[in-house]
Amino acid sequence: MKKNILLAGVGGQGILSIAAVMDLAAIESGLQIKQAEVHGMSQRGGAVQSHLRISDATIYSDLIPEREAHLILSVEPMEALRYLPWLAEDGVIVSSIDPVRNIPDYPDMEKIAEAIRKAAPHILVNAEALALQAGSSRMANMIVLGAASPWTGLEPGALEKAVRTLFGPKGCEIVDMNIAAFRTGRGLSEKGSGLKAAATAKTTERQRV
Amino acid sequence: MRNHLLLGAEAIGAAALDAGISGVYAYPGTPSTEITEFIQRSPETVHNAVRSSWSANEKTALEAALGMSFAGKRSLCCMKHVGLNVAADAFINAAITGVNGGLVIAVADDPSMHSSQNEQDSRIYGKFAMIPVLEPATQQELYDTTVEAFALSEELRLPVLLRLTTRLSHSRCGIRRLSARKQNELQPESDPKRFVLIPSNARRQYDKLLDLQPELAARSESSHLNRLIEGAEKSGIVAFGVAFNYVMEVIQAHGLSKPVLRIGQYPLPEKMLRRFIETCETVLVAEDGYPVAEEYIRGLAGNPKVHGRLDGALPRSGELNADLIAEALGIRREKAPEVLSIVADRPPELCKGCGHRDMFEAISAVMNNQANHQVFSDIGCYTLGALPPFNAIHSCVDMGAAVTMAKGAADAGMTPAVAVIGDSTFTHSGITGLLDAVNDRNAVTVIIADNTTTAMTGGQASAATGRLQHICEGIGVEKEHIRTLVPLKKNLEHNITVLREEIAHEGVSVVIFLRECVEIAQRRLRSAKQQKRNPVKTAS
Ligand code: SF4
Repeated sequence: MKKNILLAGVGGQGILSIAAVMDLAAIESGLQIKQAEVHGMSQRGGAVQSHLRISDATIYSDLIPEREAHLILSVEPMEALRYLPWLAEDGVIVSSIDPVRNIPDYPDMEKIAEAIRKAAPHILVNAEALALQAGSSRMANMIVLGAASPWTGLEPGALEKAVRTLFGPKGCEIVDMNIAAFRTGRGLSEKGSGLKAAATAKTTERQRV
Repeated sequence: MRNHLLLGAEAIGAAALDAGISGVYAYPGTPSTEITEFIQRSPETVHNAVRSSWSANEKTALEAALGMSFAGKRSLCCMKHVGLNVAADAFINAAITGVNGGLVIAVADDPSMHSSQNEQDSRIYGKFAMIPVLEPATQQELYDTTVEAFALSEELRLPVLLRLTTRLSHSRCGIRRLSARKQNELQPESDPKRFVLIPSNARRQYDKLLDLQPELAARSESSHLNRLIEGAEKSGIVAFGVAFNYVMEVIQAHGLSKPVLRIGQYPLPEKMLRRFIETCETVLVAEDGYPVAEEYIRGLAGNPKVHGRLDGALPRSGELNADLIAEALGIRREKAPEVLSIVADRPPELCKGCGHRDMFEAISAVMNNQANHQVFSDIGCYTLGALPPFNAIHSCVDMGAAVTMAKGAADAGMTPAVAVIGDSTFTHSGITGLLDAVNDRNAVTVIIADNTTTAMTGGQASAATGRLQHICEGIGVEKEHIRTLVPLKKNLEHNITVLREEIAHEGVSVVIFLRECVEIAQRRLRSAKQQKRNPVKTAS
């Protein structure tokens, strides 16, 4: 088993908590991980990425070589596109469709969605709206993680357990909300078989744009 | 043994605690900050009374660490690469005095300048000081090597430099920890001459250091960090530190059988290198940072079979990765697609609601009407004032340079001469510059952006929170020319007026823009809330 996952987002969105869930699940499953993070001021509101590699054998490089990411998991649609050079031929994109428009020249949302559709098999997730339904927009991360989870090489049970461990200190209520969000996301990709769910997600996304 | 999920930087902190340090001394700097932060939040730090607060700068940190070593205890000193420039005086001389308790200096280099002004290579400093340099390749090795480094330092009675890079420091993985060793007993240095570097003693100590060099070289020849990975091919690779990972990645992915000489301890194991190069028809030198070893391996006359950063086989600057190694080995791969043109740049910016925004608005309003509208700045979040929409600052060179450059410009006749510096940077190395300006009666205005924290590196305690006014008074700035303002929208007019007055003053003036960093304020509120909800359990 070997999975290369590129996590993408914007500084402040907290992609590192998604990474933390996967890290923990991998370690608890007895797998090796390497997860390269971004620290420091350079990424305040700027583009942020993290390379996450999971394997049952030795992992050498902390960075994923180009064209070897099995999954781009993004919490921002334009950021999903920034890392296309890393996507493997049979790679998958799972991204939220909630733009962070903190720059003057943010491109047309429809064009971004179109580019993602063209680039690879994908799931576009209406994460913020679904998170709000689940109780708080802060759960959007877990919705995207849930939707991407079938391509992480990690069991959903292990991921849920990691969510419990990680959010445990914040209280039962927060844990339950995060688990619910994770399951909602997971449901999106399980509906039909895997990426066919993209069609469902696309409709919601069209309504939104 | 349980696997701890740790960043490379945190692995060093864990190792230092397990090696029985009595103190860590550091000034925050990406990518080294998390070493000290890990120690600060570890239960054994409190339990064993390990000293762990932040130092005013890297020089004071290293000197204090040396003092703890003088007293016989183990100490860790951490900094980023440019911090070693600040500490260089102490660093070179600590190699001459030598140490008593084990002293490890962990320096995090930043190839590709992810968050730095340059990509200098600390291995050069290690060679300059003539002390052992250890350069692990993995996070687990960082842990193990740090533990070993303390023992090595005590045995050789020399400080040991631990070199890491951003990639190693900021990558997380599972780490196995050893059981902890007890701290050393207090046992101050008994040789009265060793630490007194008057010339007669210094010469003797320096000779001792020179005499030790063959011993250091011999240790490199037999170090487990330096080893041969055999291969059948005639073209070999010498891989240093973290570059070893990229080399192995390529070897594994492409099923190559190239011999690899992996180096992680310096001084360079000359015999090992010579033997290896002789058996190879071509050699690729892969090192992250400067071509330090490559220059050495090539020798003055150059060596046609050696390739690396110097002949363009690898790029001269920037971080290495597996793709660059593959290319240097002549492995042709399908080109990765370009990033689509639709993807716009997303530069970093000051947080919404940050006080620096209001400060820059006031500064711009005042400076835009000046013939000399340039503003000298320093290093911190406020450096983002250089980008649109503010475009408000015109220099950022090193810690403290805002004040001293403004002073020099004032000496040159530039008016107004205005500096912007953060509270933490001011105590790091702005104070002395201000003292120079006071002594020279320069017409400079030093604006201190006081957000009560070291925000850029994640909110570490700042050395003089709440005392800046007194410090400035104490070093001789006239009381009526130290003004404190609150950078808020509603105060804009007032702030502009005050700033204008102080810029017009023909002497030293200090304007403190005081407002807590919003990130830190939010964090404070969150943790208060969590404490209330969950009084017993502390967050992990
Ligand atoms: S971290 Fe603090 S000081 Fe830095 S930009 Fe954000 S609010 Fe401002």
